[in-house]
Amino acid sequence: MKFGIVRFPGSNCDADVHRAVTEGLGETATYLWHKDHDLEGSDVVVLPGGFSYGDYLRGGAIARFSPIMREVIEFARSGGLTLGICNGFQVLCEARLLPGALVRNRSLRFRCLPVGLKVENTDTPFTSAYDPGQLIHVPIAHGQGQYVAEDDVLDLLESNHRVVVRYVDGNGDPTDAANPNGSARNIAGIVNEAGNILGLMPHPERHSLAVLGETDGLGVFESLRTAVESGSWSPGVTRPDADVPFDSSVPPVGVHT
Amino acid sequence: MSDTYSVEVRITPRQGILDPEGETIARALENLGYAGVNSVRAGRLVRMEVDAASADGARSMVEKMCEELIANPVIEDYEVLVHEGEPVG
Repeated sequence: MKFGIVRFPGSNCDADVHRAVTEGLGETATYLWHKDHDLEGSDVVVLPGGFSYGDYLRGGAIARFSPIMREVIEFARSGGLTLGICNGFQVLCEARLLPGALVRNRSLRFRCLPVGLKVENTDTPFTSAYDPGQLIHVPIAHGQGQYVAEDDVLDLLESNHRVVVRYVDGNGDPTDAANPNGSARNIAGIVNEAGNILGLMPHPERHSLAVLGETDGLGVFESLRTAVESGSWSPGVTRPDADVPFDSSVPPVGVHT
Repeated sequence: MSDTYSVEVRITPRQGILDPEGETIARALENLGYAGVNSVRAGRLVRMEVDAASADGARSMVEKMCEELIANPVIEDYEVLVHEGEPVG
């Protein structure tokens, strides 16, 4: 199976994801150039962390209009497994593939440290390798990671179990002190309504090899392999009717050219 | 026949969205001894020069730009101000 890792100008976690996939997981990974229009048959598309286009305007706002995003959006909307990490999460929100937005950390500081996360939903193609409620340790590194959304959107996310990972303390409680950026309801990562798109601020690839000290993040990549091998998460399989509104919690977006 | 319009877009965090930058400025002003600053909201100003058939045309074009790119309506409010002729400033 193949992971396609998109490279925008300013991406800086692309090589980390590549190593997580090739060395941690033992699968194939390829880089996808932002100016191309070809996903090269990737089974999973990853939008990696970094500062695409210098974070001009807003994090992810310009990357959303990159040439390759036409194919990425088409892939994601037709059910293709799409993972956005950090800046990639921002891109997914800007592209309206996920609801809400990521704004500056409440502290106004860039936060770079391992944080505690609780895996709240393991019934996703991104988290099946974890135990329900498992506490994991994964690094964050961001200045704009505060997740915000309207209250009704947050309620919908909660009731549909779309909050996949949450910032928690050592007891597994989503306390203020455990929230590194002020995210609403300690949300660290969410999936779309169909379940094939995950955006998260923490970097699973940074805890995916023994040499990095910890491997709690590898489960995300293992889960994706399981999902691809199951054959039930290919584009077109989960949402054959791509004309229906993709995610009712996300407002429609302008025409993408 | 089109004219050139100078357009300003003022972008601010939406009401109800936390504005840590504005809050920090407010605290700093208080520390400097400025009393009576009730609220501070910090945003962004985008100034551009556009060709359009009318002021209304310039406005609607820039409003569309705001919806698509310049602002993120999920988190930001924007205000479009159109001036005819040379750009201000």
